[in-house]
Amino acid sequence: MLLRSNTGTKRGSTVAKQAEYKITESAAELEEHLRDMLFIRLFEEKCNRVYREGKAGGYMHVYIGMEALAVGWMKAIRKGEDYVITAYRDHAHALLLGTPPEAVLGEVMGRKCGTAGGKGGSMHIYDPKNGFYGGWGIVGGHIPLGAGLAFAARYRGEDKVCINFMGDGAANQGVVFETLNMASLYDLPCVFVIENNEFAMGTRLEYHAADKELWKRGLPFDIRSERLDGMDVIQMKRQATEIVEWCRKEQRPAWIEIMTYRYSGHGAADNDRQLYRTKEEEELAWTRDPIARLKKQMISLGYMTDEKYEAIEEELNNEVERIYEICDASPFPDPDEVYDNIYSDMTPEKGH
Amino acid sequence: MALEMTYREALAKSIEEEMQKNSEVFIMGEDIGRYQGTFKVTRGFVEKFGSRSANYNYRILDTPITECGFTGIGIGAAMAGLRPIVEFMTMSFSILALDQIINHAAKVHYMTNGEVKCPIVFRGPGGAAKQLSAQHSHSMDGWYAHVPGLKVVCPATVADAYGMMKSAIADDNPVIFYENPGLYTVKGEIPDDINYSVPIGKGQILREGKDISLIGYSRMTQVHLAAAEMLAKDGIDCEVVDVRSLLPLDTETIYNSVRKTHRAVVTYEDWRSGGFGGEIVSRIQEDCFDDLDAPVIRVGGLNVPMPYARNLELLCIPSEEDVIAAVHKIR
Ligand SMILES: Cc1ncc(C[n+]2csc(CCOP(=O)(O)OP(=O)(O)O)c2C)c(N)n1
Ligand SMILES: [Mg+2]
Repeated sequence: MLLRSNTGTKRGSTVAKQAEYKITESAAELEEHLRDMLFIRLFEEKCNRVYREGKAGGYMHVYIGMEALAVGWMKAIRKGEDYVITAYRDHAHALLLGTPPEAVLGEVMGRKCGTAGGKGGSMHIYDPKNGFYGGWGIVGGHIPLGAGLAFAARYRGEDKVCINFMGDGAANQGVVFETLNMASLYDLPCVFVIENNEFAMGTRLEYHAADKELWKRGLPFDIRSERLDGMDVIQMKRQATEIVEWCRKEQRPAWIEIMTYRYSGHGAADNDRQLYRTKEEEELAWTRDPIARLKKQMISLGYMTDEKYEAIEEELNNEVERIYEICDASPFPDPDEVYDNIYSDMTPEKGH
Repeated sequence: MALEMTYREALAKSIEEEMQKNSEVFIMGEDIGRYQGTFKVTRGFVEKFGSRSANYNYRILDTPITECGFTGIGIGAAMAGLRPIVEFMTMSFSILALDQIINHAAKVHYMTNGEVKCPIVFRGPGGAAKQLSAQHSHSMDGWYAHVPGLKVVCPATVADAYGMMKSAIADDNPVIFYENPGLYTVKGEIPDDINYSVPIGKGQILREGKDISLIGYSRMTQVHLAAAEMLAKDGIDCEVVDVRSLLPLDTETIYNSVRKTHRAVVTYEDWRSGGFGGEIVSRIQEDCFDDLDAPVIRVGGLNVPMPYARNLELLCIPSEEDVIAAVHKIR
């Protein structure tokens, strides 16, 4: 009989295999990766400041540290055609799919110019015209929805796939396993991407998962299952591209665990990081920073200099400030709008 | 010309016709395909829309026993524009899918400020069948009618089962279509018109009367019709108001009847305490207070888990006698 003590080491490792590789991507492509990751980081840092100033409220979760993951995957898909769905940590996905940044920040700030006119907030960003289906706050709850989007593509014989993102914590929800079973049973073109940032709010991976190797969870359902490194944007994009095209061609699901790390707290309201990790751990994690890594790779190839990097950073920062000014000038929704769009064809009864 | 058939057959005919008309309409649920449906609403569908030998048929999709998961897949498909009909083997099992229905289907249109529609029908038998006891007999109508973003219909007649199913499938919003199992064998007539439909959100008067309004929906409307028949022999002239649609609720039809009769009994199968009938009563007293000659009475299911023994079960479900007793209280 296998016994596990509650103080002993937990099963599984947290290491993703890293291959030696040669960079063949053009300088222009790498610069685009860098700009995209940096823009997300600066945008998210601004969101944090906006929140601290009281101009955003509720729950807000930023993507700082995880940029390479979304950049890699969003560049691997056919933007605007393929379906993308995720949970509440959703700013980066929308920005990369082409949602105007002022509509994203506007929504975070609860303004009329936001993606949902201020009714959704940070956790509920949607942009279906660009293939983005949210933006969901019930941990794990959107996973069957993503499979349903893939089902629709399959039903209609379309050439679309769905990228279905979730956190490591979400990967424990029962409905995820229900969905994996059906995704395999019905041959759905759906890539389940686990953004394993090692924490579910204040609970570390080893305290919420009986086996830290979440990638194995697709195997019992006869689903292609892998674990990849999400801190290297070049590799991320290459591997994501291969998997997305495999899924499109084979019309089969995939279950891909991506190892990453969130440098910020769980959400803007999380002031208790020391309750679940040490300063030393955070410092160590910063040595894997995907932006610094790409910058270093580019410098060694002669594609980047410190001066150029600083100029890009300044340019993007100005851009973020410009966006903020637009949002700050945008009005809050009108009181009457509270009744709009509950139904497509009727208004509910009014009044208390 | 009219066609005679059962409530069950009317549902099947309605769904089949809509699936023939529109290839984006499909049905999914447990045992609906090869097994022909637990209550046999989808009898013959797998032969018509798929094949028994295929691993799966997308138009008549047999699902594993995972209510939360398959409901979510249906909702996702609806978000992409398909028009799924999700069958729950019984509405009691939809409790496992409440998160998907309430947190997801009912909210997506609002959270996207109208960008995403969710045209989906959730249907199945709700309320007591026969001796299915505590876990299989829930009336979920009032639970759902509480939720903005959902529409809830509870047809009581064969024609309405046929016509309201058409409207539910055509609706761009999530619709809960509640079928009391006691109604499946009820016989009636439908118009011979595949384009017939009954709008969601309209009540109807099934029997005119001047003394008292009997207000209800689903199978309780049939109970009211029978009770009205009996009361007529005692010289009490009942008006039977069939609510049909709980959300949206047609209060005008209800109020007009109450303004005429000045007395009302509201009957519902759900637990008496906190059930949807209480909502109807509350509205009547708020908006028709001056028209009332007596307090409005609720007749609800007993506030107990549904027992198995047939005599106890019958005790729990409002009957003609319970309605008559309530009428006598205020007459
Ligand atoms: C059903 C449900 N339970 C609890 C919560 C509260 N909650 C929000 S995020 C979260 C942690 C989720 O962690 P993970 O899935 O790893 O995603 P991450 O935040 O790390 O991106 C919790 C417990 C919730 N939103 N929904
Ligand atoms: Mg996490």
